[in-house]
Amino acid sequence: MSHILLRHRDVKDIHKYRVYVANGGYDGLKKALAEYEPAEIKDIIRKSNIRGRGGAGFPAGIKWGFIPNTEGPKYVVVNADESEAGTFKDRELIDFNPHQVIEGALICAYAIGAQACYIYFRGEFMHTAENFERAIKDAYANKAIGRQIFGFDFDCHFYTHYGAGAYICGEETALLESLEGKLGQPRIRPPFPAQAGLYHKPTVVNNVETLANVPPVIMNGADWYLTMGTEQSSGPKIVCLSGHINRPGNYEVPMGISYRELIFGDEYGGGILDGKGLKAVLPSGGSAPVITEEALDAPLTFEGLADHGSLLGSASVIVMDETVDMVWAALKLIHFFHHESCGKCTPCREGTYWLERVLQRILDGRGQESDIKLLESIATQMQGETLCALGEFATSPVLSTIKHFPEDYRAKINGASSPIGRNEAKMAEVVVAAAEVKAG
Amino acid sequence: MLVEKYADEIQAILAKYPDKRSAVLPLMYLAQEGYGFMSHEAMRDVAGVLDLDPTEVLSLAGFYTLFYEEPVGKYVLEICNDLPCALRGADEFVEMACKKLGVEQGGTTEDGMFSVKTVMCLAACDKAPMLQVNLKYEENLDEAKFDALITRLREEAAEGQASYFGVEAMKTALKQG
Repeated sequence: MSHILLRHRDVKDIHKYRVYVANGGYDGLKKALAEYEPAEIKDIIRKSNIRGRGGAGFPAGIKWGFIPNTEGPKYVVVNADESEAGTFKDRELIDFNPHQVIEGALICAYAIGAQACYIYFRGEFMHTAENFERAIKDAYANKAIGRQIFGFDFDCHFYTHYGAGAYICGEETALLESLEGKLGQPRIRPPFPAQAGLYHKPTVVNNVETLANVPPVIMNGADWYLTMGTEQSSGPKIVCLSGHINRPGNYEVPMGISYRELIFGDEYGGGILDGKGLKAVLPSGGSAPVITEEALDAPLTFEGLADHGSLLGSASVIVMDETVDMVWAALKLIHFFHHESCGKCTPCREGTYWLERVLQRILDGRGQESDIKLLESIATQMQGETLCALGEFATSPVLSTIKHFPEDYRAKINGASSPIGRNEAKMAEVVVAAAEVKAG
Repeated sequence: MLVEKYADEIQAILAKYPDKRSAVLPLMYLAQEGYGFMSHEAMRDVAGVLDLDPTEVLSLAGFYTLFYEEPVGKYVLEICNDLPCALRGADEFVEMACKKLGVEQGGTTEDGMFSVKTVMCLAACDKAPMLQVNLKYEENLDEAKFDALITRLREEAAEGQASYFGVEAMKTALKQG
């Protein structure tokens, strides 16, 4: 199968402008400018039902449609802050197929009437984005970016911006704050970025992979795109496979293949490392509940894991073999969320701190029976109470590992004998008391 | 110091944004390179260029992990030991690296050459164990490759080729634009 997104795997040196153009590159943008009004582009994207590839799955066409038809500055912001544990798909596109991302962003800019695109890279991409920086320069030199793009009455500039190490900046309003030179903390919504985004102007924020889907849709039409995947999840998806898997890496798959095929198929993951048994799979990095063997026949789609209490998310699939202690795994993930919590809202800031503390003492053999309830109590006090999804995400590794692997927790707690420290015990009482007050 | 040393880069950065406050993170990278770390002097310089209060730059330095508020080694080794990397031996790799260099996690070697930090996911989970050296990727590592990397970096440093914090790449990009 030839690739639609990871085209560099089929076409050598497609990161170079002339190679990209020789292989149909920028034809989508030219076609958009020559044949369609901006409103028609929005219609095509809406009809194709490209859903956001950053994790949320929000339809791109609807997002673009929220931009008001007013005069004045508007922006397209490309979210290249890829930082979810287990996710490394956008980096491959940035490094090896940059023009397709640029072209997608420019088509979006034309559709919504934006005069500038910013791409927000995580700071750690400073060296690796070299091809992307060169691609922008070459696109300018060939009139694909700048004034009068390809001779049409359309001006659009393209700028790169580097963050400096903060997972939360992948959240779109935190990203905009960061791009404005502030702390990367989510904004209270409404207003949404479509009304008041970058510099309070109407703004579309789309993920790298989402925008890479746009040029082929303009070239081939919405109906072509709808032939791939399922009714609610159309098109191709890049899946990141990591952990205890024989062939880790990115795989571009049609939506709808099963998790079993993805993990065990020879074309994809090729099975569990060292022939061990499977214990659990995180389908979306740290941000979605774990699934087990019984969920593997579910299709890889936005809706496919609903019955199993989980999500497609960014499709960063982390595979864990039978030897993994799920308390340890949950602690690793909670450590991440605690470290990355921006500190703006209390339930997330304090909740991630306490989840990490309690998990750590269970792992150290200092836990007690009531700690499992305590973890659940902290997590449920966070759910639905935070400004952005980070606080929500942080609860899922804890709650889902308790649900599926209570024996891992019990083994640690029953083996424990040393009493917990006095201050921790005191604080645990406070947290439980707070939960009781809330429960009324 | 910042203004004299990086006048061209500062102008190129400011030209990207309608609001100059957006230039604060790029200027902090430049200042960090100029001073070797994010010193208070560096923060005052950045604040001066952008008409910010220095405490605003201080709060950004505290929020974003790529700004080092204490002096660091010539090469900062940032090793990912998040879950996907840890499933493929990253915790053991960190231990090995620290032992070889004779430092604690977060510490700097006595000769000021290497700092070792553990960091959150670096988007290279399929190539674990991995690290970044001053933001350059080194992937699919093992003990032998780590030894070779350290030897290579010591040689580069002796020849005066050390590159700081990725700023070199940013400067190249600015020239291209």
